[in-house]
Amino acid sequence: MSMPFYVSPEQQMKDRADFARKGIARGRSVVAVQYAGGILFVSENPSQALHKVSEIYDRIAFAAVGRYNEFENLRIAGVRLADMRGYAYDRRDVTGRGLANAYAQTLGTIFSSGGEKPYEVELFVAEIGDTPEEDQIFRLTYDGQVADEHGYAVMGGAAESVASYLKERYSTGASLDDALHLAVSALGHNDTEDRVIPVDDLEVAVLDRTRTQTRKFRRLSPSRLDTMLGDRVPSAGAVTTPAAPEAPGATGPQPGEPDPPVAPPVS
Amino acid sequence: MNDPRLPPAYLRPGVSSFSEFLAGQSPDLLPGGRALPAGQAGDLAPHGTTIVALTFPGGVVLAGDRRATMGNIIAQRDIEKVFATDEFTAVGIAGTAGIAVELVRLFGVELEHYEKIEGTTLSMDGKANRLSALIRGNLALAMQGLAVVPLLVGYDVPAGAGRIFSYDVTGGRYEETGFHSVGSGSLFARGALKKLYRSDMREDEAVMTAIQALYDAADDDSATGGPDVTRRIFPIVHVITNEGGRSLPEATVAEVADRMIAARMSRPDGPLAGLPGGPVA
Repeated sequence: MSMPFYVSPEQQMKDRADFARKGIARGRSVVAVQYAGGILFVSENPSQALHKVSEIYDRIAFAAVGRYNEFENLRIAGVRLADMRGYAYDRRDVTGRGLANAYAQTLGTIFSSGGEKPYEVELFVAEIGDTPEEDQIFRLTYDGQVADEHGYAVMGGAAESVASYLKERYSTGASLDDALHLAVSALGHNDTEDRVIPVDDLEVAVLDRTRTQTRKFRRLSPSRLDTMLGDRVPSAGAVTTPAAPEAPGATGPQPGEPDPPVAPPVS
Repeated sequence: MNDPRLPPAYLRPGVSSFSEFLAGQSPDLLPGGRALPAGQAGDLAPHGTTIVALTFPGGVVLAGDRRATMGNIIAQRDIEKVFATDEFTAVGIAGTAGIAVELVRLFGVELEHYEKIEGTTLSMDGKANRLSALIRGNLALAMQGLAVVPLLVGYDVPAGAGRIFSYDVTGGRYEETGFHSVGSGSLFARGALKKLYRSDMREDEAVMTAIQALYDAADDDSATGGPDVTRRIFPIVHVITNEGGRSLPEATVAEVADRMIAARMSRPDGPLAGLPGGPVA
Protein backbone atom coordinates (compact mmCIF):
# COMPACT_ATOMS: atom_id res chain seq x y z
CA MET A 1 0.00 0.00 0.00
CA SER A 2 1.44 3.30 -1.06
CA MET A 3 1.43 6.31 1.22
CA PRO A 4 0.25 9.53 -0.45
CA PHE A 5 2.75 12.36 -0.23
CA TYR A 6 1.67 15.48 1.56
CA VAL A 7 0.99 18.28 -0.92
CA SER A 8 0.12 21.68 0.48
CA PRO A 9 -3.19 23.16 -0.68
CA GLU A 10 -1.34 26.11 -2.19
CA GLN A 11 0.83 23.83 -4.26
CA GLN A 12 -2.12 21.69 -5.28
CA MET A 13 -4.11 24.68 -6.52
CA LYS A 14 -1.09 26.08 -8.31
CA ASP A 15 -0.46 22.78 -10.06
CA ARG A 16 -4.04 22.57 -11.17
CA ALA A 17 -4.04 26.17 -12.38
CA ASP A 18 -0.81 25.59 -14.32
CA PHE A 19 -2.28 22.51 -15.88
CA ALA A 20 -5.42 24.33 -17.01
CA ARG A 21 -3.50 27.37 -18.21
CA LYS A 22 -1.16 25.28 -20.30
CA GLY A 23 -4.07 23.61 -22.03
CA ILE A 24 -5.75 26.93 -22.77
CA ALA A 25 -2.56 28.57 -23.99
CA ARG A 26 -2.18 25.98 -26.73
CA GLY A 27 -5.32 27.21 -28.52
CA ARG A 28 -5.76 30.27 -30.66
CA SER A 29 -7.36 33.43 -29.35
CA VAL A 30 -10.94 34.60 -29.47
CA VAL A 31 -11.73 38.30 -29.48
CA ALA A 32 -15.00 39.98 -28.50
CA VAL A 33 -15.38 43.63 -29.48
CA GLN A 34 -18.29 45.93 -28.72
CA TYR A 35 -19.40 48.09 -31.62
CA ALA A 36 -22.29 50.49 -32.08
CA GLY A 37 -24.77 47.83 -33.20
CA GLY A 38 -23.83 45.03 -30.81
CA ILE A 39 -20.96 42.70 -30.02
CA LEU A 40 -18.62 41.12 -32.54
CA PHE A 41 -16.77 37.83 -32.02
CA VAL A 42 -13.78 36.86 -34.10
CA SER A 43 -11.60 33.81 -33.79
CA GLU A 44 -9.10 32.06 -35.94
CA ASN A 45 -10.65 28.67 -36.56
CA PRO A 46 -9.94 26.71 -39.75
CA SER A 47 -12.81 24.30 -39.01
CA GLN A 48 -16.17 25.17 -40.51
CA ALA A 49 -17.99 22.61 -38.40
CA LEU A 50 -16.51 22.92 -34.92
CA HIS A 51 -17.52 26.33 -33.70
CA LYS A 52 -15.86 28.37 -31.00
CA VAL A 53 -18.60 30.99 -31.03
CA SER A 54 -22.25 30.00 -30.75
CA GLU A 55 -25.73 31.16 -29.97
CA ILE A 56 -27.19 30.48 -26.54
CA TYR A 57 -30.38 32.51 -26.60
CA ASP A 58 -32.07 35.54 -28.14
CA ARG A 59 -29.50 38.08 -26.96
CA ILE A 60 -26.83 35.83 -25.50
CA ALA A 61 -23.81 34.32 -27.18
CA PHE A 62 -21.07 32.00 -26.01
CA ALA A 63 -17.44 31.81 -27.05
CA ALA A 64 -14.77 29.51 -25.77
CA VAL A 65 -11.15 28.45 -26.10
CA GLY A 66 -9.46 25.34 -24.82
CA ARG A 67 -10.53 21.72 -25.04
CA TYR A 68 -13.35 21.29 -27.50
CA ASN A 69 -15.17 18.46 -25.74
CA GLU A 70 -15.23 20.36 -22.46
CA PHE A 71 -16.51 23.67 -23.75
CA GLU A 72 -18.96 21.94 -26.06
CA ASN A 73 -20.44 20.26 -23.00
CA LEU A 74 -20.70 23.61 -21.26
CA ARG A 75 -22.27 25.19 -24.34
CA ILE A 76 -24.96 22.51 -24.57
CA ALA A 77 -25.65 22.83 -20.86
CA GLY A 78 -26.01 26.58 -21.36
CA VAL A 79 -28.47 26.14 -24.23
CA ARG A 80 -30.48 23.72 -22.12
CA LEU A 81 -30.47 26.03 -19.12
CA ALA A 82 -31.52 29.02 -21.22
CA ASP A 83 -34.24 27.18 -23.14
CA MET A 84 -35.54 25.60 -19.95
CA ARG A 85 -35.74 28.92 -18.16
CA GLY A 86 -37.23 30.68 -21.16
CA TYR A 87 -39.87 27.99 -21.50
CA ALA A 88 -40.76 27.82 -17.82
CA TYR A 89 -40.87 31.61 -17.39
CA ASP A 90 -40.50 33.95 -20.34
CA ARG A 91 -37.92 34.69 -23.00
CA ARG A 92 -37.00 37.95 -21.28
CA ASP A 93 -36.18 36.15 -18.05
CA VAL A 94 -33.10 34.49 -19.53
CA THR A 95 -30.11 36.64 -18.66
CA GLY A 96 -26.41 36.49 -19.42
CA ARG A 97 -25.65 37.15 -15.79
CA GLY A 98 -27.61 34.10 -14.65
CA LEU A 99 -25.85 31.95 -17.19
CA ALA A 100 -22.40 33.31 -16.31
CA ASN A 101 -23.15 32.57 -12.68
CA ALA A 102 -24.10 28.96 -13.42
CA TYR A 103 -20.91 28.49 -15.44
CA ALA A 104 -18.79 30.11 -12.74
CA GLN A 105 -20.21 27.86 -10.02
CA THR A 106 -19.74 24.77 -12.16
CA LEU A 107 -16.17 25.58 -13.20
CA GLY A 108 -15.25 26.67 -9.67
CA THR A 109 -16.54 23.48 -8.10
CA ILE A 110 -14.75 21.27 -10.59
CA PHE A 111 -11.53 23.22 -10.17
CA SER A 112 -11.38 22.98 -6.40
CA SER A 113 -12.70 19.44 -6.03
CA GLY A 114 -9.69 17.14 -5.87
CA GLY A 115 -11.33 14.28 -7.76
CA GLU A 116 -11.86 15.79 -11.18
CA LYS A 117 -9.43 17.14 -13.69
CA PRO A 118 -9.97 20.90 -13.97
CA TYR A 119 -11.56 22.07 -17.18
CA GLU A 120 -9.03 23.51 -19.64
CA VAL A 121 -11.36 26.19 -20.94
CA GLU A 122 -12.03 29.89 -20.87
CA LEU A 123 -15.39 31.32 -21.80
CA PHE A 124 -17.11 34.49 -22.84
CA VAL A 125 -20.77 34.93 -22.07
CA ALA A 126 -21.99 38.06 -23.81
CA GLU A 127 -25.38 39.69 -23.84
CA ILE A 128 -26.62 42.70 -25.74
CA GLY A 129 -29.14 45.18 -24.42
CA ASP A 130 -31.18 47.85 -26.19
CA THR A 131 -28.27 50.31 -26.12
CA PRO A 132 -24.48 49.80 -26.18
CA GLU A 133 -24.33 50.85 -22.51
CA GLU A 134 -26.40 47.81 -21.56
CA ASP A 135 -24.15 45.35 -23.38
CA GLN A 136 -22.26 42.93 -21.18
CA ILE A 137 -19.28 40.69 -21.72
CA PHE A 138 -18.37 38.23 -18.98
CA ARG A 139 -15.10 36.43 -19.13
CA LEU A 140 -14.87 33.20 -17.16
CA THR A 141 -11.67 31.39 -16.41
CA TYR A 142 -11.01 27.70 -15.75
CA ASP A 143 -11.27 28.20 -11.97
CA GLY A 144 -14.67 29.88 -12.06
CA GLN A 145 -13.56 33.49 -11.76
CA VAL A 146 -15.78 35.99 -13.53
CA ALA A 147 -14.58 39.28 -14.96
CA ASP A 148 -16.90 41.92 -16.34
CA GLU A 149 -15.19 43.23 -19.48
CA HIS A 150 -15.85 46.50 -21.22
CA GLY A 151 -15.18 47.46 -24.81
CA TYR A 152 -13.21 44.43 -25.83
CA ALA A 153 -12.04 41.14 -24.37
CA VAL A 154 -9.51 38.53 -25.41
CA MET A 155 -8.82 34.99 -24.28
CA GLY A 156 -6.73 32.07 -25.43
CA GLY A 157 -3.18 31.61 -26.68
CA ALA A 158 -1.74 35.03 -27.44
CA ALA A 159 -4.20 36.94 -25.30
CA GLU A 160 -1.67 39.42 -24.00
CA SER A 161 -0.28 40.64 -27.29
CA VAL A 162 -3.74 40.76 -28.89
CA ALA A 163 -5.14 42.67 -25.93
CA SER A 164 -2.33 45.22 -26.01
CA TYR A 165 -2.93 45.73 -29.74
CA LEU A 166 -6.63 46.33 -29.07
CA LYS A 167 -5.93 48.58 -26.12
CA GLU A 168 -3.98 50.97 -28.31
CA ARG A 169 -6.53 51.13 -31.08
CA TYR A 170 -10.00 50.42 -29.67
CA SER A 171 -12.53 53.22 -29.67
CA THR A 172 -16.17 53.04 -28.57
CA GLY A 173 -19.06 53.33 -31.00
CA ALA A 174 -17.22 51.93 -34.02
CA SER A 175 -19.09 50.56 -37.02
CA LEU A 176 -19.21 46.80 -37.66
CA ASP A 177 -16.74 47.16 -40.53
CA ASP A 178 -14.22 49.04 -38.41
CA ALA A 179 -14.63 46.67 -35.48
CA LEU A 180 -14.10 43.69 -37.78
CA HIS A 181 -10.95 45.18 -39.31
CA LEU A 182 -9.59 45.92 -35.86
CA ALA A 183 -10.39 42.49 -34.45
CA VAL A 184 -8.94 40.61 -37.41
CA SER A 185 -5.71 42.57 -37.43
CA ALA A 186 -5.46 42.18 -33.67
CA LEU A 187 -5.67 38.40 -34.03
CA GLY A 188 -3.00 38.48 -36.71
CA HIS A 189 -0.71 40.56 -34.53
CA ASN A 190 2.10 39.18 -32.45
CA ASP A 191 5.29 40.53 -31.04
CA THR A 192 7.47 39.89 -34.06
CA GLU A 193 5.27 40.38 -37.10
CA ASP A 194 1.69 40.79 -38.36
CA ARG A 195 -0.09 38.20 -40.45
CA VAL A 196 -3.04 38.40 -42.76
CA ILE A 197 -5.41 35.62 -41.66
CA PRO A 198 -7.19 34.12 -44.68
CA VAL A 199 -10.93 34.69 -44.68
CA ASP A 200 -11.62 30.95 -44.68
CA ASP A 201 -9.78 30.56 -41.39
CA LEU A 202 -11.88 33.14 -39.61
CA GLU A 203 -14.93 32.38 -37.57
CA VAL A 204 -16.95 35.55 -37.16
CA ALA A 205 -20.33 36.06 -35.52
CA VAL A 206 -22.26 39.01 -34.13
CA LEU A 207 -24.97 39.73 -31.64
CA ASP A 208 -26.71 42.32 -33.78
CA ARG A 209 -29.10 44.70 -32.06
CA THR A 210 -30.47 45.92 -35.39
CA ARG A 211 -31.82 42.51 -36.42
CA THR A 212 -35.63 42.52 -36.49
CA GLN A 213 -35.89 38.89 -35.38
CA THR A 214 -35.92 38.10 -31.68
CA ARG A 215 -32.81 35.98 -32.13
CA LYS A 216 -30.00 38.47 -32.53
CA PHE A 217 -27.15 36.05 -33.16
CA ARG A 218 -25.83 35.81 -36.69
CA ARG A 219 -22.76 34.29 -38.33
CA LEU A 220 -20.90 36.12 -41.07
CA SER A 221 -20.05 33.88 -44.01
CA PRO A 222 -16.58 33.87 -45.61
CA SER A 223 -17.95 35.53 -48.76
CA ARG A 224 -19.50 38.29 -46.68
CA LEU A 225 -16.23 38.70 -44.78
CA ASP A 226 -14.35 38.91 -48.03
CA THR A 227 -16.39 41.90 -49.17
CA MET A 228 -16.27 43.54 -45.76
CA LEU A 229 -12.54 43.16 -45.27
CA GLY A 230 -11.52 43.94 -48.84
CA ASP A 231 -7.82 43.95 -49.65
CA ARG A 232 -5.85 43.71 -46.53
CA VAL A 233 -2.23 44.55 -45.94
CA PRO A 234 -0.40 43.95 -42.70
CA SER A 235 -0.23 47.15 -40.70
CA ALA A 236 2.65 49.52 -41.39
CA GLY A 237 6.07 48.56 -40.18
CA ALA A 238 5.29 44.86 -40.13
CA VAL A 239 7.01 42.22 -42.17
CA THR A 240 5.10 41.51 -45.35
CA THR A 241 4.12 37.89 -45.74
CA PRO A 242 4.38 36.18 -49.14
CA ALA A 243 1.77 37.34 -51.61
CA ALA A 244 -0.27 34.13 -51.84
CA PRO A 245 -1.06 32.93 -48.35
CA GLU A 246 -4.07 30.95 -49.59
CA ALA A 247 -2.28 28.26 -51.56
CA PRO A 248 -4.74 25.49 -52.47
CA GLY A 249 -4.96 22.70 -49.95
CA ALA A 250 -2.78 24.47 -47.45
CA THR A 251 -4.72 25.06 -44.30
CA GLY A 252 -2.05 24.30 -41.77
CA PRO A 253 0.91 26.50 -40.92
CA GLN A 254 2.95 27.26 -44.01
CA PRO A 255 6.63 27.85 -44.53
CA GLY A 256 7.39 31.52 -44.46
CA GLU A 257 4.43 32.17 -42.22
CA PRO A 258 4.76 32.09 -38.49
CA ASP A 259 3.03 29.39 -36.52
CA PRO A 260 -0.26 30.20 -34.87
CA PRO A 261 0.24 32.51 -31.93
CA VAL A 262 2.18 30.79 -29.25
CA ALA A 263 1.44 31.50 -25.65
CA PRO A 264 3.86 33.31 -23.43
CA PRO A 265 5.85 30.76 -21.45
CA VAL A 266 3.96 29.60 -18.43
CA SER A 267 5.89 29.94 -15.20
CA MET B 1 -33.00 25.69 -7.68
CA ASN B 2 -30.88 26.28 -4.63
CA ASP B 3 -27.70 24.91 -6.12
CA PRO B 4 -26.45 27.47 -8.65
CA ARG B 5 -24.32 24.89 -10.44
CA LEU B 6 -25.41 23.31 -13.68
CA PRO B 7 -27.10 20.00 -12.80
CA PRO B 8 -25.23 16.92 -14.06
CA ALA B 9 -28.02 16.05 -16.49
CA TYR B 10 -27.44 19.35 -18.30
CA LEU B 11 -23.82 18.41 -18.93
CA ARG B 12 -24.64 14.96 -20.25
CA PRO B 13 -24.30 14.83 -24.02
CA GLY B 14 -26.75 13.13 -26.33
CA VAL B 15 -30.25 14.51 -26.36
CA SER B 16 -30.86 17.31 -28.84
CA SER B 17 -34.63 17.32 -28.41
CA PHE B 18 -35.94 19.84 -25.92
CA SER B 19 -39.15 17.94 -25.20
CA GLU B 20 -37.20 14.78 -24.37
CA PHE B 21 -34.92 16.77 -22.12
CA LEU B 22 -37.96 18.36 -20.49
CA ALA B 23 -39.54 14.93 -19.97
CA GLY B 24 -36.47 13.91 -17.99
CA GLN B 25 -36.00 17.12 -16.04
CA SER B 26 -39.39 18.73 -15.49
CA PRO B 27 -42.09 16.42 -16.84
CA ASP B 28 -44.75 18.63 -15.26
CA LEU B 29 -43.95 21.29 -17.86
CA LEU B 30 -45.00 19.01 -20.73
CA PRO B 31 -48.60 19.56 -21.87
CA GLY B 32 -49.28 15.81 -21.76
CA GLY B 33 -47.19 15.16 -18.65
CA ARG B 34 -49.79 15.99 -16.05
CA ALA B 35 -52.18 13.57 -14.38
CA LEU B 36 -55.80 14.56 -14.89
CA PRO B 37 -58.88 13.48 -12.97
CA ALA B 38 -61.28 11.39 -15.01
CA GLY B 39 -64.18 13.01 -16.82
CA GLN B 40 -64.86 15.34 -19.67
CA ALA B 41 -63.16 18.70 -19.51
CA GLY B 42 -63.92 20.00 -23.00
CA ASP B 43 -66.38 22.65 -21.87
CA LEU B 44 -64.09 24.19 -19.29
CA ALA B 45 -61.83 26.15 -21.57
CA PRO B 46 -62.06 28.29 -24.72
CA HIS B 47 -61.72 26.72 -28.14
CA GLY B 48 -59.99 28.14 -31.12
CA THR B 49 -61.83 27.83 -34.35
CA THR B 50 -60.86 28.16 -38.02
CA ILE B 51 -57.45 28.07 -39.68
CA VAL B 52 -56.81 28.06 -43.44
CA ALA B 53 -53.61 27.47 -45.39
CA LEU B 54 -52.77 27.49 -49.07
CA THR B 55 -49.63 27.34 -51.14
CA PHE B 56 -48.64 29.54 -54.05
CA PRO B 57 -45.59 29.26 -56.30
CA GLY B 58 -42.67 30.22 -54.05
CA GLY B 59 -44.43 30.16 -50.71
CA VAL B 60 -47.31 29.41 -48.41
CA VAL B 61 -49.98 31.45 -46.60
CA LEU B 62 -51.44 30.60 -43.20
CA ALA B 63 -54.37 32.57 -41.80
CA GLY B 64 -56.63 32.28 -38.79
CA ASP B 65 -59.71 34.06 -37.51
CA ARG B 66 -59.62 35.79 -34.13
CA ARG B 67 -62.45 34.18 -32.19
CA ALA B 68 -62.30 31.82 -29.22
CA THR B 69 -65.54 30.31 -27.96
CA MET B 70 -66.79 28.52 -24.85
CA GLY B 71 -70.03 26.83 -25.77
CA ASN B 72 -72.28 29.62 -27.03
CA ILE B 73 -70.17 32.36 -25.47
CA ILE B 74 -67.49 34.27 -27.35
CA ALA B 75 -64.58 33.94 -24.94
CA GLN B 76 -62.21 36.25 -26.80
CA ARG B 77 -62.52 38.40 -29.90
CA ASP B 78 -58.88 38.99 -30.66
CA ILE B 79 -57.10 35.75 -29.82
CA GLU B 80 -54.03 34.91 -31.89
CA LYS B 81 -54.00 31.41 -33.29
CA VAL B 82 -51.26 31.67 -35.90
CA PHE B 83 -47.69 31.45 -34.62
CA ALA B 84 -44.32 31.54 -36.32
CA THR B 85 -42.41 28.59 -34.89
CA ASP B 86 -39.14 29.31 -36.67
CA GLU B 87 -37.84 31.18 -39.67
CA PHE B 88 -39.52 28.89 -42.20
CA THR B 89 -42.48 27.33 -40.40
CA ALA B 90 -45.68 28.46 -38.76
CA VAL B 91 -48.47 26.68 -36.93
CA GLY B 92 -52.14 27.54 -36.74
CA ILE B 93 -54.16 25.98 -33.95
CA ALA B 94 -57.70 24.76 -33.53
CA GLY B 95 -59.05 23.04 -30.46
CA THR B 96 -58.52 23.78 -26.78
CA ALA B 97 -56.74 27.10 -26.88
CA GLY B 98 -54.75 26.89 -23.66
CA ILE B 99 -53.16 23.55 -24.43
CA ALA B 100 -52.71 24.39 -28.10
CA VAL B 101 -50.78 27.57 -27.31
CA GLU B 102 -48.59 25.64 -24.88
CA LEU B 103 -47.97 22.95 -27.48
CA VAL B 104 -46.97 25.49 -30.12
CA ARG B 105 -44.63 27.21 -27.71
CA LEU B 106 -43.02 23.87 -26.94
CA PHE B 107 -42.75 23.10 -30.65
CA GLY B 108 -41.05 26.45 -31.28
CA VAL B 109 -38.50 25.84 -28.53
CA GLU B 110 -38.02 22.30 -29.81
CA LEU B 111 -37.03 23.57 -33.28
CA GLU B 112 -34.78 26.31 -31.94
CA HIS B 113 -33.16 23.99 -29.41
CA TYR B 114 -32.29 21.45 -32.07
CA GLU B 115 -30.93 24.17 -34.30
CA LYS B 116 -28.68 25.57 -31.57
CA ILE B 117 -27.38 22.22 -30.33
CA GLU B 118 -26.86 20.58 -33.71
CA GLY B 119 -25.82 23.72 -35.56
CA THR B 120 -28.25 22.96 -38.38
CA THR B 121 -32.00 23.11 -38.90
CA LEU B 122 -34.31 20.10 -39.08
CA SER B 123 -35.67 19.14 -42.49
CA MET B 124 -39.28 20.09 -43.18
CA ASP B 125 -40.34 16.46 -42.74
CA GLY B 126 -38.32 16.25 -39.54
CA LYS B 127 -40.18 19.24 -38.16
CA ALA B 128 -43.53 17.74 -39.17
CA ASN B 129 -42.63 14.47 -37.42
CA ARG B 130 -41.57 16.26 -34.25
CA LEU B 131 -44.95 17.98 -34.11
CA SER B 132 -46.58 14.55 -34.55
CA ALA B 133 -44.74 13.26 -31.53
CA LEU B 134 -45.80 16.24 -29.43
CA ILE B 135 -49.47 15.82 -30.40
CA ARG B 136 -49.29 12.10 -29.64
CA GLY B 137 -48.15 12.96 -26.14
CA ASN B 138 -51.40 14.85 -25.74
CA LEU B 139 -53.66 11.87 -26.57
CA ALA B 140 -54.90 11.33 -23.01
CA LEU B 141 -56.00 14.95 -22.84
CA ALA B 142 -57.67 14.67 -26.23
CA MET B 143 -59.75 11.74 -24.99
CA GLN B 144 -61.08 13.96 -22.23
CA GLY B 145 -62.19 16.58 -24.69
CA LEU B 146 -59.05 18.74 -24.64
CA ALA B 147 -57.98 18.01 -28.19
CA VAL B 148 -55.49 20.08 -30.14
CA VAL B 149 -55.49 20.01 -33.92
CA PRO B 150 -52.74 22.13 -35.43
CA LEU B 151 -52.03 22.92 -39.04
CA LEU B 152 -48.34 23.16 -39.87
CA VAL B 153 -47.09 25.11 -42.88
CA GLY B 154 -43.56 25.72 -43.96
CA TYR B 155 -41.31 26.63 -46.80
CA ASP B 156 -39.12 23.66 -47.69
CA VAL B 157 -35.89 25.37 -48.69
CA PRO B 158 -34.22 22.44 -50.54
CA ALA B 159 -37.46 21.63 -52.38
CA GLY B 160 -38.15 25.32 -53.04
CA ALA B 161 -41.86 25.06 -52.28
CA GLY B 162 -44.42 25.72 -49.58
CA ARG B 163 -45.85 22.66 -47.82
CA ILE B 164 -48.87 22.02 -45.61
CA PHE B 165 -49.29 19.28 -42.98
CA SER B 166 -52.48 18.47 -41.14
CA TYR B 167 -52.76 16.29 -38.03
CA ASP B 168 -55.27 14.23 -36.14
CA VAL B 169 -55.45 13.86 -32.36
CA THR B 170 -53.43 10.64 -32.40
CA GLY B 171 -50.49 12.41 -33.99
CA GLY B 172 -51.23 11.15 -37.50
CA ARG B 173 -49.60 13.46 -40.00
CA TYR B 174 -50.95 14.06 -43.49
CA GLU B 175 -49.39 16.21 -46.15
CA GLU B 176 -51.94 18.28 -48.04
CA THR B 177 -51.60 19.52 -51.59
CA GLY B 178 -52.60 23.04 -52.45
CA PHE B 179 -54.78 24.05 -49.54
CA HIS B 180 -56.29 22.87 -46.28
CA SER B 181 -58.35 24.08 -43.37
CA VAL B 182 -58.94 22.93 -39.78
CA GLY B 183 -61.32 23.88 -37.01
CA SER B 184 -65.06 24.24 -36.59
CA GLY B 185 -65.54 26.38 -39.70
CA SER B 186 -63.18 24.32 -41.81
CA LEU B 187 -65.90 22.62 -43.85
CA PHE B 188 -67.11 25.95 -45.18
CA ALA B 189 -63.62 27.35 -45.57
CA ARG B 190 -62.52 24.30 -47.49
CA GLY B 191 -65.52 24.64 -49.80
CA ALA B 192 -64.54 28.22 -50.52
CA LEU B 193 -60.88 27.31 -51.05
CA LYS B 194 -61.89 24.56 -53.44
CA LYS B 195 -63.62 27.07 -55.69
CA LEU B 196 -61.11 29.90 -55.37
CA TYR B 197 -57.76 28.11 -55.31
CA ARG B 198 -55.54 28.07 -58.37
CA SER B 199 -52.04 26.70 -58.36
CA ASP B 200 -50.60 29.73 -60.19
CA MET B 201 -51.66 32.45 -57.76
CA ARG B 202 -49.50 35.36 -56.73
CA GLU B 203 -48.86 36.03 -53.06
CA ASP B 204 -51.44 38.83 -52.81
CA GLU B 205 -54.06 36.68 -54.53
CA ALA B 206 -53.33 33.85 -52.11
CA VAL B 207 -53.80 36.24 -49.17
CA MET B 208 -57.13 37.43 -50.62
CA THR B 209 -58.23 33.80 -51.08
CA ALA B 210 -57.42 33.01 -47.44
CA ILE B 211 -59.42 36.04 -46.25
CA GLN B 212 -62.35 35.06 -48.49
CA ALA B 213 -62.30 31.49 -47.14
CA LEU B 214 -62.29 32.71 -43.52
CA TYR B 215 -65.21 35.01 -44.32
CA ASP B 216 -67.18 32.10 -45.74
CA ALA B 217 -66.38 30.06 -42.64
CA ALA B 218 -67.59 32.88 -40.39
CA ASP B 219 -70.67 33.27 -42.57
CA ASP B 220 -71.91 29.76 -41.82
CA ASP B 221 -70.17 28.76 -38.59
CA SER B 222 -71.17 30.70 -35.48
CA ALA B 223 -67.88 29.86 -33.73
CA THR B 224 -65.72 31.51 -36.40
CA GLY B 225 -65.26 35.25 -36.24
CA GLY B 226 -65.50 37.35 -39.37
CA PRO B 227 -63.59 40.59 -39.86
CA ASP B 228 -64.72 42.92 -37.07
CA VAL B 229 -65.07 46.22 -38.94
CA THR B 230 -66.22 48.27 -35.97
CA ARG B 231 -63.41 47.20 -33.68
CA ARG B 232 -60.96 46.83 -36.56
CA ILE B 233 -60.01 43.26 -35.68
CA PHE B 234 -58.87 41.30 -38.71
CA PRO B 235 -57.49 37.79 -39.28
CA ILE B 236 -53.82 37.11 -38.67
CA VAL B 237 -52.03 36.25 -41.90
CA HIS B 238 -48.56 34.71 -41.99
CA VAL B 239 -46.67 34.38 -45.27
CA ILE B 240 -43.54 32.24 -45.70
CA THR B 241 -41.30 32.42 -48.74
CA ASN B 242 -37.65 31.64 -49.42
CA GLU B 243 -36.79 34.85 -47.55
CA GLY B 244 -38.37 33.52 -44.37
CA GLY B 245 -41.67 34.10 -42.67
CA ARG B 246 -43.43 37.30 -41.80
CA SER B 247 -46.80 38.24 -40.37
CA LEU B 248 -48.58 40.74 -42.57
CA PRO B 249 -49.02 44.12 -40.89
CA GLU B 250 -52.52 44.79 -39.59
CA ALA B 251 -52.99 47.65 -42.06
CA THR B 252 -52.32 45.35 -45.03
CA VAL B 253 -54.79 42.74 -43.85
CA ALA B 254 -57.35 45.47 -43.07
CA GLU B 255 -57.02 46.80 -46.60
CA VAL B 256 -57.56 43.34 -48.13
CA ALA B 257 -60.53 42.69 -45.83
CA ASP B 258 -62.09 46.07 -46.67
CA ARG B 259 -61.78 45.32 -50.37
CA MET B 260 -63.42 41.94 -49.89
CA ILE B 261 -66.26 43.40 -47.80
CA ALA B 262 -66.86 46.11 -50.41
CA ALA B 263 -67.19 43.43 -53.11
CA ARG B 264 -69.52 41.38 -50.91
CA MET B 265 -71.87 44.34 -50.55
CA SER B 266 -73.08 43.57 -54.07
CA ARG B 267 -72.45 39.80 -53.92
CA PRO B 268 -72.77 38.60 -50.30
CA ASP B 269 -71.80 35.03 -51.20
CA GLY B 270 -68.44 36.04 -52.61
CA PRO B 271 -66.80 35.60 -56.00
CA LEU B 272 -68.60 33.50 -58.59
CA ALA B 273 -66.89 30.33 -59.80
CA GLY B 274 -67.23 29.77 -63.57
CA LEU B 275 -69.00 26.63 -64.78
CA PRO B 276 -67.52 24.61 -67.63
CA GLY B 277 -69.30 25.70 -70.76
CA GLY B 278 -71.21 28.34 -68.82
CA PRO B 279 -70.70 32.08 -68.63
CA VAL B 280 -67.24 33.08 -67.42
CA ALA B 281 -67.28 34.60 -63.96
